[in-house]
Amino acid sequence: MSAGAIHLSLGWHDWLNLFAHYLMLSLMSLGGAISTTAEMHRFLVEQHGWLTQAQFNDAIALAQASPGPNVLFVALMGWHVGMNAGSTTAAFLGVAVTMVGIMLPSTIFTYQVAQWGHRNRELRAVRAFKQGMAPLVIAMLLSTAWILASSAGRGVADWPLWALALASCLVVWRTRLHLLWVLGAGALLGAFGVV
Amino acid sequence: MTPAPSADHPRPASLSHLFVAFTLLALQGFGGVLAVVQREMVERRRWLTQDEFLDDWAVAQIMPGPNVVNLAMMIGARYFGLRGAMTALAGLLAVPLVLILVLVNLHARFAGNPHVEGALRGMAAVSAGLIAAAGLKLSNVLLRSAMPAAWCIAITVLGFVLLALLKAPLAWVLLGLGSLGCVLTYRKMTS
Repeated sequence: MSAGAIHLSLGWHDWLNLFAHYLMLSLMSLGGAISTTAEMHRFLVEQHGWLTQAQFNDAIALAQASPGPNVLFVALMGWHVGMNAGSTTAAFLGVAVTMVGIMLPSTIFTYQVAQWGHRNRELRAVRAFKQGMAPLVIAMLLSTAWILASSAGRGVADWPLWALALASCLVVWRTRLHLLWVLGAGALLGAFGVV
Repeated sequence: MTPAPSADHPRPASLSHLFVAFTLLALQGFGGVLAVVQREMVERRRWLTQDEFLDDWAVAQIMPGPNVVNLAMMIGARYFGLRGAMTALAGLLAVPLVLILVLVNLHARFAGNPHVEGALRGMAAVSAGLIAAAGLKLSNVLLRSAMPAAWCIAITVLGFVLLALLKAPLAWVLLGLGSLGCVLTYRKMTS
């Protein structure tokens, strides 16, 4: 990791600026926090120079590889900003500022809307919304799978990865085998260079 | 609606039950938790039916914020209101957050190791398969939709082409195809 490539001294107004930025990103994050990564890059790497390009990339890759929601890449960015500012305490502050910022507004908003929808679930409009969205929701799942499967980015040379993705899809679709076995098999095949 | 607990529609017994369930669920989610939510909540624990899952998922998608976080909150709220929402959220995030901070400190040591990189690549491919399987499993609810099946399939295929192949911005696709689906369904509904 290239921590140490940047040495920052951040004042309280910088932290406030970071917090405010993530509050705003939260409300823009339709389709998930990942949809605002381009804007995070512009703000953290290009405009302020608080993160190196390598730290930015690592944060996203590591969050993909680690168990848990992908939104944790935001915590890693906060962590790196804090480490660049010179201390573990600052790193924890960075995690708190970015995670609370990205979660708070969207969480309050979504909770309110979801409760309203639940109370009015017999309304024809609410039912039509839910049934009408279902085909698109399925399309979004399949698209996410497609984009994740093509993320290695080596084109035709990736055919073993596609075969693995297809095989795990069939296994999970058609059997009740525990997901961790399938993931473990994928990790082993990868570690020994089969895919 | 808080469904009465029954053999085929059980519910979380307590807040700590909910917390542990979401922690275990989050820890199985490599490259995203979505596929695991469907597996755990609908198939294993049966706290949600397929239809309820899709309903909540549609709302979770369209709202701002991380989708899985929104979904966890809505599932928690279904059973224990605001306390449930906060508990599910904490379960989903607390342990994975600690874990990822440990990992980021180990990462420097293992970055560039071909075995580690290979394992990560393999797990990403499997995650892709898991997510696709979640989508395929949910497709049976389309049969019960007010919208004719052919239209459902057309929207699904078009959505996939736009999002996966043409990389169209999600907001526009949701607005365009999503409202098309809603209007068509609304007109077909009898009451």
